[in-house]
Amino acid sequence: MSGIGLIDGLRQTGSLAWRAIVQLKRNPWELGDYSFQPVLFLLLFVYIFGGAIAGSTDAYLTFMLPGIVVMNMMFVTVYVGHGLNTDLTSGYFDRLRALPVARWAPLAGRITADLVKQGWSIVLLLGLGWLMGFRMDNPIWGLAGMVVLVLIFALAFSWVSVLVGVVARDPEHVQLFGFTALFPITFVSNVFVPVETVPEWLQGVVMANPVSVLTDACRGLLLGGPWLGSALITLLWAAAITAVFAPLSVWALKRRLR
Amino acid sequence: MVESAIAATELVKHFGATRAVDGVSLSVAQGQVLGLLGPNGAGKTTTVRMLATLTAPDSGTARVGGFDIVDQAHQVRGLIGLTGQFASVDNRLTGFENLLLIARLLGQPRKKSRHIARTLLERFELADAADRPVQGYSGGMRRRLDLAASLVGNPRILFLDEPTTGLDPRARRQLWELIGERVAEGTTVLLTTQYLEEADALADDIMVIDHGRVIASGTPEALKRQIGTRTLEIRPASPDALAATAAIMTELAGIAPEQQGGRLSIPAGDPALLPALVRRLDQHGIAPAELQLRSASLDEVFLALTGQASTANDETLEDKR
Ligand SMILES: Nc1ncnc2c1ncn2[C@@H]1O[C@H](COP(=O)(O)OP(=O)(O)OP(=O)(O)O)[C@@H](O)[C@H]1O
Ligand SMILES: [Mg+2]
Repeated sequence: MSGIGLIDGLRQTGSLAWRAIVQLKRNPWELGDYSFQPVLFLLLFVYIFGGAIAGSTDAYLTFMLPGIVVMNMMFVTVYVGHGLNTDLTSGYFDRLRALPVARWAPLAGRITADLVKQGWSIVLLLGLGWLMGFRMDNPIWGLAGMVVLVLIFALAFSWVSVLVGVVARDPEHVQLFGFTALFPITFVSNVFVPVETVPEWLQGVVMANPVSVLTDACRGLLLGGPWLGSALITLLWAAAITAVFAPLSVWALKRRLR
Repeated sequence: MVESAIAATELVKHFGATRAVDGVSLSVAQGQVLGLLGPNGAGKTTTVRMLATLTAPDSGTARVGGFDIVDQAHQVRGLIGLTGQFASVDNRLTGFENLLLIARLLGQPRKKSRHIARTLLERFELADAADRPVQGYSGGMRRRLDLAASLVGNPRILFLDEPTTGLDPRARRQLWELIGERVAEGTTVLLTTQYLEEADALADDIMVIDHGRVIASGTPEALKRQIGTRTLEIRPASPDALAATAAIMTELAGIAPEQQGGRLSIPAGDPALLPALVRRLDQHGIAPAELQLRSASLDEVFLALTGQASTANDETLEDKR
């Protein structure tokens, strides 16, 4: 089966990513999910709990901002599976597959669009954080490093979302499952509180959670603490998640399309 | 001899114990329209999906536009247009954006893509709704956009899976016209439908399938002759005229009509029967309250072809093992 050249495939990926971005115009709810929701979280946590948790809102903002970026990244990935499932259940996926389009382009398009959305919400959160008084201690390479690390992890974690999107019966189930699973995963971490403050029996889980590891790396990169170790572990996690979930997703997709 | 545009040999597709398609062979010459007729679960969609390279057959082979549907799927995709059973357009894009995206995916430059999209929207009477999200389209508009989307690449071969199901008669006719225009331009079409009338209006040849097997095929005329499709029904305004009407019908058609309630019906293969009957009734001063020439429903076709009502076909064929 003489397929499609890489250049053509990438161009098609670009067109399909454009589609996923344009869709946002007609679905303000999705945009709200990764615009207003994290903003609301940031404002509520900093101004309501900040004093109680960290002694002052400023100190808590410094502590929490890198974590909320990580947490929001996890939630944004749900829309990769959501969009994919919508296409599968509506038959739109068939329309794409009946065109002379690279087999990987529809998925690559979704994931590319996801990275754009990720970029948008990182900028939004850091911008708001800056307005609220957040200042980084490291030079700009720290910020760049953090963004790259978060995007790499997002790319890997998207495969989990793809699998859910392929297996789920309808888009609502993707969302339900995504959010139900992500709340414990992101809360049992050091995003909102320092690890020392949780019960000892839970500390092991919190520290092993890749969300905590990534958050540690982000804090180090922005605020000037140690980061290299946690960044490397994050990359290992990303590689492991991809190695497990990418083949699994492709297998499940082939099965569903039988 | 020119190779058939679509040629399938003994296609088989099983889903677990369900024999969705159980040895279907078909052939469509270039520029011809084949209507695939069958009840729910007959295997129409599965056949189309195999021919459109969406799913591989378990056994059997097929060539579309001269290319093998498995080994040369990519080339096949470059030739075909597919309108699936359920309108598959993106609800969150506008009509224009939907067509634009497909033109871009097919490798057209930006400006040309816009031109193609606008031209098609114009031709499908969607120009006014072009920049509205498809979410707000009516069923008929959505179907038209769906058909337009499958024409963006100007395909030589078109697969239409129940293109008018769920549409009102006006929208159905409008879609038929649009399909007819393509056929006039030389496009080969494989069309599935549950409506005999639709196959009759569009198809050069009809193939009836059930339980994944071909149970009849031929031109619409041949099938109709075989089945005796049309029925003449009449209800005299006054019940007293029933006997006289029945006598006239017997005399004209050569067989006695069936009576049900105040209604008389008779098979009407001969097109001259209706005007003759009207003339005779008029001579006798009998006024009909209702008079109609009715085409056979798919049910009746199935009754005639298989001796069983098509409603019994909903269950899947049980595996013999
Ligand atoms: N993906 C699938 N998995 C399992 N069974 C399937 C699948 N697709 C089709 N079938 C079964 O195969 C048979 C044929 O289905 P198909 O959709 O081809 O029929 P159809 O003629 O298009 O019917 P309809 O008029 O309802 O669209 C049915 O019994 C159906 O349940
Ligand atoms: Mg079908």
